[in-house]
Amino acid sequence: MFEFILPNAWLIPLVPVLAFALIGLFLHRWPKISAALSIFSIAIAFILALVIAGGVFSAPAGTVYEFSTRWLDMPGLQVDMGLLIDALTAVMLLVVTTVALLVQIYSLGYMKGDPGIASYYAYQSLFAASMLGLVIANNLGQMFVFWELVGICSYLLIGFWFGKYSARNAAIKAFITNRVGDFGFLLAILFLQIMFGTLNFGELSDSMAGFTNMTILIPVAILLFCGPIGKSAQFPLHVWLPDAMEGPTPVSALIHAATMVAAGVYLVARAFFIFSAVPQAMTVIAVIGGFTALFAATIALTQNDIKRILAYSTLSQLGYMMMAMGIGAMTAGMFHLMTHAFFKSLLFLGAGSVIVAMHEEQDIWKMGGLYKKMPITTWTFIIGALALSGIPPLSGFWSKDEILLGALASGHIGLYIIGAFVAFLTALYMFRLIFVAFFGSNKAGAEKAQENSAVMTVPLIILAAISVVAGLVNSPLMHNAFGHYINSPAGIEPHPSLIIMISSTVIALAGIAMAWLIYQKQVISAEDLKYRFEGIYKVLYHKYYIDEIYAWLGARLVDGMAKVLYWFDIYVVNGFINAIAYVTAITGEVLKFTEDGQVQTYALYMFAGIVLLLVSALYAVYTVLI
Amino acid sequence: MNNFPILSLILLAPLIGAIIIMCLPKDNGKAIKYIAAISTFLSLLLSLVVFIGYDRSLGGMQFVEKIPWIADLGVNYALGVDGISLPLMLLTNLIGFSAVYASWNNKERIKEFFALLLILITGVMGTFVTTDLFIFFLFYEVVVIPIYLMVIMWGSTKRVTKEYAGMKLTIYLLIGSAFLMVGLISLFIKAKGITGVPSMDMAFLATIDFPVSFQVMVFAFMAFAFGTLLSMFPFHAWSPDGYAGAPTAVSMIHAGVLKKIGGYGLIRIGLFILPAGAQIIAPIIAVLAIGNVVYAAYICISQKDLKYIVGYSSVSHMGYVLIGIAALNLISINGAIIMMFAHGVMAALFFAMIGNLYEKSHTRNVDDFGGLAHQMPRLSVGFMLAGLASLGLPGMVNFIGEFTIFVGAFSTYKVLTIIGVSGIIFTALYILRALGNVLFGPRREEWDHLQDLKGPEMVPLIVLGAAILIGGIFPFTLMDLISSGVGDLIAQVGLVQIGGIL
Repeated sequence: MFEFILPNAWLIPLVPVLAFALIGLFLHRWPKISAALSIFSIAIAFILALVIAGGVFSAPAGTVYEFSTRWLDMPGLQVDMGLLIDALTAVMLLVVTTVALLVQIYSLGYMKGDPGIASYYAYQSLFAASMLGLVIANNLGQMFVFWELVGICSYLLIGFWFGKYSARNAAIKAFITNRVGDFGFLLAILFLQIMFGTLNFGELSDSMAGFTNMTILIPVAILLFCGPIGKSAQFPLHVWLPDAMEGPTPVSALIHAATMVAAGVYLVARAFFIFSAVPQAMTVIAVIGGFTALFAATIALTQNDIKRILAYSTLSQLGYMMMAMGIGAMTAGMFHLMTHAFFKSLLFLGAGSVIVAMHEEQDIWKMGGLYKKMPITTWTFIIGALALSGIPPLSGFWSKDEILLGALASGHIGLYIIGAFVAFLTALYMFRLIFVAFFGSNKAGAEKAQENSAVMTVPLIILAAISVVAGLVNSPLMHNAFGHYINSPAGIEPHPSLIIMISSTVIALAGIAMAWLIYQKQVISAEDLKYRFEGIYKVLYHKYYIDEIYAWLGARLVDGMAKVLYWFDIYVVNGFINAIAYVTAITGEVLKFTEDGQVQTYALYMFAGIVLLLVSALYAVYTVLI
Repeated sequence: MNNFPILSLILLAPLIGAIIIMCLPKDNGKAIKYIAAISTFLSLLLSLVVFIGYDRSLGGMQFVEKIPWIADLGVNYALGVDGISLPLMLLTNLIGFSAVYASWNNKERIKEFFALLLILITGVMGTFVTTDLFIFFLFYEVVVIPIYLMVIMWGSTKRVTKEYAGMKLTIYLLIGSAFLMVGLISLFIKAKGITGVPSMDMAFLATIDFPVSFQVMVFAFMAFAFGTLLSMFPFHAWSPDGYAGAPTAVSMIHAGVLKKIGGYGLIRIGLFILPAGAQIIAPIIAVLAIGNVVYAAYICISQKDLKYIVGYSSVSHMGYVLIGIAALNLISINGAIIMMFAHGVMAALFFAMIGNLYEKSHTRNVDDFGGLAHQMPRLSVGFMLAGLASLGLPGMVNFIGEFTIFVGAFSTYKVLTIIGVSGIIFTALYILRALGNVLFGPRREEWDHLQDLKGPEMVPLIVLGAAILIGGIFPFTLMDLISSGVGDLIAQVGLVQIGGIL
């Protein structure tokens, strides 16, 4: 079975893309059939991914299967569409297909009654296909192709409710911001193509081994990292992700929490051989990651929209993963990517369940006491939050711990402190959300809230179960099986430390305790804190005013400049052309008076001509003779 | 089949259609449209036959036809296609056929309209399928007359009057052709002086080793003539006004294929016959090309009229073609040719959609619209396809063009290419903003009466949309062909191959 599936793994993206084409061309009039087809196709992809994972993890570690076919071919430039199947791919395939399958099933409930269900499932299928194509890519060119395609799916799904201005603008913002990052990514691809004549990961890795010209490698590695900065929403290109919450909540769970935004981290892991060869780039990655983790966590503390809190949490956790990559703990970063995908999609789907029950209300202060009305949602949400906060033995504990361990082991004390502090903030903002929205006193809207149907709660339960156990695959209990398969010769593999485990647990518990004191027991008044630290609160609430700064700059550098250049085009370039035309016309106007139709005038011209000719002839003769 | 004059048939089918239409009574609208559709469909079908039948392993000029015409000047009615001209011939027919359907609702003097349209299509196609310079020039001149008449008769007056637009378009074309003619005559005389043989055959002229100073001078003329036609900065001023004033079909053909004659001429006549001149002038073209890309993209951001947006964006995209040509290597020229194809189908689709919307709503200002996806989902699909192609989304043939050009150009011009690549950000910005303003947002009641695309109006969307997607998903269908043609050209003139390692 494995032998047959392996060379045909291109079926994994192909099946959903066929579903997309069939829905788009023929089936869009029948929403139910479209939904069924889309779910069926992703289920097939999921089964294929399972088979592949089974095969890869039963083979010895480090086995790589590669197949490819020429896509673009000319002397000097070859781009393949290929398959690169190793443990990294297998993990990503499993994560993407699992979450996508559960999200698509959940969407049956969430999107019920929406007039656009057929297009919703068409876009979901296209996204699944693009994401899976990205995951199996064996070269940077193919990766870029699918990278852009997941970007456009994200655009389409953020703007799915296109009747709203906010959705439309958020979609545009997401795509443009990503394009800024892709500008760098594309330049890096150009550099690599010209330098090494190939974009294949394996061949690049071989060529890199003998390449030591750091003056060129440093900019290339940093340009390459621009792609992940955009896609994984790292500072300073993070602004699109919170706005992306305008999309339907299942989309936020799948694309803007679990899979697409993690593609940046995946790219860093895939091209780890490039980054790890350039220490300066590694520092940049680690610092940007660490900064984003801290920066976003502080914003999450002050937000009131349930999805936005989760969005900033996603930013923060992506920063965590990037930081792990930057300090060389590639295994830990990928591990966190995997566990995060499960518990964060769980949290988003839980939030979606709340939003449906609350009739589109997203402000946590208008909820309260939901635990009585929606037990399944509440308890699965709490499991997700505990996993995210890093409480043992849930999955987040193991992966977060490895990152902190890696930071300490590689001597990045500053990043360790940031990481530990972010862990505290994470527990704090997550349990602020839980105590306010799920416990506390009932608010008006929460009175009538009801638990949702099984089509929505069963995916929650499954994801909760995975979130509990997924961490074990890289725990000492399973002899770090994950790290056994997924590692890099350049990466670091520190031994587990009991002290770190205990200290991070204590930190997380402290965060939860603080949230409990402030928002549940109200021993410390939240209002009082807000008042006392008003300046800080305002800055955080307004997300450090980054959006405002970008808007200010954009209005001047982009729109203002555009107006100036248009003025130039109309009055200088066109003005010059029109001036020539005008002069020509005036000359004609003037000269027309010479043609007055009178024979005497013409005779006069003729006589003047003869005189002129004679004079010049005489002058010529004169100069020749003298 | 070997001696069947298939290229002549492709070339003349629209012309024959035009003659038949001129013989029909002018109130028989149905027959006129059917004749136009049938004759362009015949050309399209046969050019697909040629596209499939072209022997890619053999390469070179195929489907050759040659009839001596003016012996003293060495002029032959000589036709033939290779990997460079075949995609452009196919492009002409894809757009020509779509343009007929995009004009289906035209009710004003349709006899003259369709006759001129068909003559225009033949004129444009002639420049691509001939291998003789004289015939090339002849067809180039044939194009001018219908363009002028169609703009001033069926055009629209917005920012500038249609008379102004038509005149501007025509004068620019004629200034270009004047320079071209000087260049061609000097080529002919010089060649005759060197070899003693009067000839207008491109392949023959390319074998002659012209003195470098002569090459530089003539190439400079050509670069000006063809550069103007390709809306090279700062000679682009005709393009936005011209497209805005022209009727839909003319915008489609002009932006889609006619301006590509500039790029084709630069490659086929400029690089092929005057390689040494090209190498000296190329850096200047490259700098101006980046002017195109960035300057025009910036201006697009401030535009409100859909046709001006596409007009300036066309100027911007031609910058990519120009830098591809100027980089003078196989990859970049391959990219330039596929980009011409890609931009052609994309721009034609865009203009078809804009034309359709304008016909129904009588406005093209993006601020007048909003939420049209509610009323016109199919039109929205057309707009999205064209828009996404324009911003170079993978899966669309335009991405193949941009990517290939970037790789090729980057090996020759590092800094210029980096500046040029930034165009991908600006393009995404103005395209998505314009589409967002027109298609998305709350439903606006005032547009509830608009009918979505149906029947014949769907033809441009299907034909051009399919070309965009097939070329983008299976780029080798086009690229193998182009690469063989450019490979032959490069091998013959000995231009630089891919640039070295940094």
